[in-house]
Amino acid sequence: MLSRTADHLYWMARYIERAENIARVLDVTYNMSLVPNAAQTESDLWEPALQIAGGIEAYRRDYGEITASGVVRFMAMDTQNPSSVYSALRSARENARSVRVTLSAETWENINALWLEFGQFLGLDLMQKGLGEFCDWVKSRSHLFRGVSFGTMLRDDAFRFLRLGTFIERADNTARLLDVKYHLLLPGGEEVGGAVDYYEWSAILRAVSAFQAYQKVFSDAIEPWKVAELLVLREDMPRSLHACFSEITPILDQLSGRHSSECRRLAGELHARFRYGRMNDIFQEGLHEFLEDFIFSNHNLGAEIQRTFLNAPSHV
Amino acid sequence: MDTAVKKLFDEMYLQDEAIRPIYAEYASWLEGVPHQQLESKRQEAELLFRRVGITFNVYGEDAGAERLIPFDVVPRILSASEWSRLSDGAIQRVKALNLFLHDIYHDQEIIKAGIVPSTILSNSQYRPEMFGVDVPKGIYAHIAGVDLVRTGENDFYVLEDNLRTPSGVSYMLENRKMMMRLFPELFRRYPIAPVEHYPQVLLNNLRAVAQAGVHEPTVVLLTPGAYNSAYFEHAFIAQQMGIELVEGQDLFVRNNAVYMRTTEGPKRVDVIYRRIDDDFIDPLSFRPDSMLGVPGLLSVYRNGGVTLANAVGTGVADDKDTYIYVPEMIRFYLGEEPILSNVPTYQLSKEDDLKYVLAHLAELVVKEVQGSGGYGMLVGPAASKHELEEFRQRILANPANYIAQPTLALSTCPTLVEKGIAPRHVDLRPFVLSGKTVSLVPGALCRVALREGSLVVNSSQGGGTKDTWILKD
Repeated sequence: MLSRTADHLYWMARYIERAENIARVLDVTYNMSLVPNAAQTESDLWEPALQIAGGIEAYRRDYGEITASGVVRFMAMDTQNPSSVYSALRSARENARSVRVTLSAETWENINALWLEFGQFLGLDLMQKGLGEFCDWVKSRSHLFRGVSFGTMLRDDAFRFLRLGTFIERADNTARLLDVKYHLLLPGGEEVGGAVDYYEWSAILRAVSAFQAYQKVFSDAIEPWKVAELLVLREDMPRSLHACFSEITPILDQLSGRHSSECRRLAGELHARFRYGRMNDIFQEGLHEFLEDFIFSNHNLGAEIQRTFLNAPSHV
Repeated sequence: MDTAVKKLFDEMYLQDEAIRPIYAEYASWLEGVPHQQLESKRQEAELLFRRVGITFNVYGEDAGAERLIPFDVVPRILSASEWSRLSDGAIQRVKALNLFLHDIYHDQEIIKAGIVPSTILSNSQYRPEMFGVDVPKGIYAHIAGVDLVRTGENDFYVLEDNLRTPSGVSYMLENRKMMMRLFPELFRRYPIAPVEHYPQVLLNNLRAVAQAGVHEPTVVLLTPGAYNSAYFEHAFIAQQMGIELVEGQDLFVRNNAVYMRTTEGPKRVDVIYRRIDDDFIDPLSFRPDSMLGVPGLLSVYRNGGVTLANAVGTGVADDKDTYIYVPEMIRFYLGEEPILSNVPTYQLSKEDDLKYVLAHLAELVVKEVQGSGGYGMLVGPAASKHELEEFRQRILANPANYIAQPTLALSTCPTLVEKGIAPRHVDLRPFVLSGKTVSLVPGALCRVALREGSLVVNSSQGGGTKDTWILKD
């Protein structure tokens, strides 16, 4: 496969996954803002959303004070913000357009339709009406994209690069969400419990569609370390770091050309952390440190994938 | 119907409003369909085309702005016997043009014989780089779009030959798919010849022109990229043929061969179906500012390390200046009488012709010799006094840059417009494929000028397209 084609496929999938995750963070933050909590200002509540998605400096420069409507506009619709839902979906569609030949017809049409449908939200004040609807729409279009590509594409390298993009991006997003939220919710060994905590933790779980899974797996009150375990180590939880790497490693094995050994090594090393790691040890090391290191290593893996497959050199 | 329209040949109606036999069944079907229903089919088609992304980019508008080419739901219908004459004529023409191209880049017998003047060698489309270069099977124009117009029951004219990178075939294929979806009952009822095998025929031909000794040739389609006006078509054809769609940056030259950059390392390329003009194909040989091409490609090509389709230098044969000699070429190379006629053409480089044209400007169509796509063209009868005067000055400034032709009364075809069904002017572009054999699939791109009275069918100038049906008599 052409390196440029692989590059477009990989980034197309990453951008769709990114749009979905931004929508999840917006959705969950908005829902949390509906729970009365005197201790939290509007800014306290919405700043983490910016931290997760990145771009807090750009926000301060362009919008100033952190407000709900500002953050929603910035993260959902801002055409200047490269990490807005708008920009991510636009980039996804541009990448798709460049490789429409390689996608199954249904996959291309689905992404094209996504972009055409996006038009209905342009110019709307989402904070006033329809933020929930918007986030649901983004999520369901992303589900549809994965379903259509999974259900219609040949299991060749094109499909592998697409899946690779999805899971590298998802792992990054899950780690960021957990890191930012965990940090905020658990200042220095404070007691947990109480109604607000319950809402906050359940909101995080809902952000990664893990609320029902939690109930099923633990059938117990929501406790922070169990949430972390679910999102880091549980292989059967589809948005956990472990689950992402259980997808990534075999894909890199299959893509193994003569250059891919460093990619495989990096991915295998990360995979091993989740396969053989214990939550107790992770907490001892510090969850924040663990996640920070993971985000860095995952980024390195992305760079290595880029170097190995996507910007192929021109010597025979 | 006003009298001006009535004089024209219509594909469906005879002068006395009777129906031409080939349209008989369709017309009776059409009569029973309310206008509103056709309109809703048209809207459905538009929606589907947009969803599939069958769009083209218009130069000069917002970067990346995408538009649909209007699609008309009323087909143009030709009988099998009409088609067989058109198709024989187009094949004959393309055979002669390929022989001409080989000749003009080798022994130049046709100049020696005094049929084509030697001034052709200074035409800007003549590529001296190609002199003495042998191309596989002697084929230069692997894909040729022959533009035909009709003025009467048996009067067809060739308006021009497109031998560089002719486009539009994706609309022939997509329009057919759309018609089958919108009106399946019509396809059950009529024996409409299929066109869907076009990509397969093209691929077989392209494989057949690989360098000698290559058994499993790798064929790719070279596009200028996603922002080119015809990008959809490039992507579509590549997909239909199952070949890679590459951009210049994906290819590189090493050791007298062309390679593409793949995730598994470099891969040799044997045949390039290129949709980039000569000028942009190799910055080392042609335009140095081209970002679209592949440095060094021409030198590999000249050494036989790769095949280009179409060949470099075909422009000299489809130039409007060369057009007038095509009937003579057919006689010279094939020893046959031309099956299809040329439109009588005045060359403004000739003094008598210039004098005549300037005196009759309001009746004629004047074209730039090297123009394309309906730009830089004057339609005398439709032009204002001011436009005529302006064009007269442009001609006088450089007469050799223009040719003129009588305004042909292009045939009309019933077309769905706002008010209902009305006649609109049409042309026809069948695609002749050369390689293993010289052939056409039974169908063509039919372009229609949607504005009332307009003769300009180009999509860049507000033209639309129709499906073309070849029916058994």
